[in-house]
Amino acid sequence: MARVRVKFTFPPMLIKEPVIHNMSMQHNLVTNIRRANVTKDKGWVVLELEGAQDAIDGAIASVTAMGVRVDPVEGDVIEG
Amino acid sequence: MTKLAAKNHIVGLKCKECARRYPETALHVCEFCFGPLEVEYDYEVICQRASRKAIEAGPRSMWRYKDFLPVQPDDQLVDIGAGLTPLVRSKNLAEALGLDQLYLKNDCVNPTYSFKDRPVSVAATKALEFGFEILSCASTGNLAGAVAAHAARAGVRSFIFVPSNLEAGKILGAAIYDPVLVAVDGNYDQVNRLCSEIADRYHWAFVNINMRPYYAEGSKTLAFEVAEQLGWRAPDHVVVPVASGSMFTKIWKGFQELAKTELLPERLPRMSVAQALGCSPIATAYFNGTFNVKPVIPDTIAKSLAIGNPADGYYDLKIIEESGGAAETATDEEIVDGIKLLAQTEGIFAETAGGVTIACLKKLIASGKVRRDELVVAYITGNGLKTQEAVADQVAPAIQVGPTLTSFEEAFCKLDHPANVAAVA
Repeated sequence: MARVRVKFTFPPMLIKEPVIHNMSMQHNLVTNIRRANVTKDKGWVVLELEGAQDAIDGAIASVTAMGVRVDPVEGDVIEG
Repeated sequence: MTKLAAKNHIVGLKCKECARRYPETALHVCEFCFGPLEVEYDYEVICQRASRKAIEAGPRSMWRYKDFLPVQPDDQLVDIGAGLTPLVRSKNLAEALGLDQLYLKNDCVNPTYSFKDRPVSVAATKALEFGFEILSCASTGNLAGAVAAHAARAGVRSFIFVPSNLEAGKILGAAIYDPVLVAVDGNYDQVNRLCSEIADRYHWAFVNINMRPYYAEGSKTLAFEVAEQLGWRAPDHVVVPVASGSMFTKIWKGFQELAKTELLPERLPRMSVAQALGCSPIATAYFNGTFNVKPVIPDTIAKSLAIGNPADGYYDLKIIEESGGAAETATDEEIVDGIKLLAQTEGIFAETAGGVTIACLKKLIASGKVRRDELVVAYITGNGLKTQEAVADQVAPAIQVGPTLTSFEEAFCKLDHPANVAAVA
């Protein structure tokens, strides 16, 4: 089992969608939300994903394809 | 030595979000809320040890401020001579911009030619203290060189991760120190996430990931030096180029710590952010009057500032508000003009981040956010020789002459230059 700490940033069109619930069901992941700030037109959620590494990779790819921005909780770690 | 002075000046790590405390280890994220961790100090202990006199008698490097840095007295410092860079009193540029008092903190002259030597020197020292044998980072430029150089000095291996599409020339300044260079296929976000996962899995000292709380502290010396070089006073206003936002928070913390330990009067500077328009998530949030920093995909010639999702963006906005500062952006064209203006007025050739600082300073003055009577410090954080391509087509070509005086004088007479008139007269 692998664990990854990530930050999801949602575009306005996805604010009302149960993105995290659907992702965890489809990819058989345990999600654990630690911090969040969601308003009617924007939102971010910091959470931990736990499951098989392939399932985590697949889940990140699928929510990214939907328009969710997925970042490590550290933000950008590639520096100039 | 008093009992207080013999105590550890480091309390440990503290979460910036939930204030939960952790011991002094290689940890960067709060295990409860995943917020960023920061080094917490015992300022009573620092007060006992630090004085203006002791600092002035210290080494001619950033390590003269060791009492304010997260290292132990018996640590083996990884010191390649970073810091104590010139604070230049500007005459020509100040006149051109209409400022009474402008100073330029010239960090172009650090050992690997950027300010990154400061945080990396602290991170490398701490990595040795924790027993790490590999120093690492993900970088497209300045950080790579600083990490590889400090690893060489420390006698440990370094692994530098770079996107595989990075031009070979960009990494030469790191490759010379013989790190293991790992070119990663994939887009920026994929490379970014991989590096975060590697840092989680391998017991390496990733300077800006698991060593980040210590690494970031090195940038406080940019405030300490300015205060000392101004004769132990804070500027009225500082303008700082911003990427992840870490350096901005630490310059502020540095001035605050000097005030807290009574080495400076209470009055702190106004802090202003300078960003490239093509990567300006913090300035955009400032303009929109929100603390919610929306990530962007960078598109700017200022590659050293191209961080689309700045970890410290929120904290930068808080500091702007608290200090009464502002934020400004510069287009690519304005960045190039800023580089040229700085070079042609003060003889300092800065990389693109320096162009951002100067261009934004100019706009902040025009909008009245930087007042003409303020004592202003502009931070110039990297050397122009690293980003020559940004100005390569902007400099005048050489005058071609034959190997005779006649040939030279023919060409010289055609020059539209004051020296020509003077010589002929």
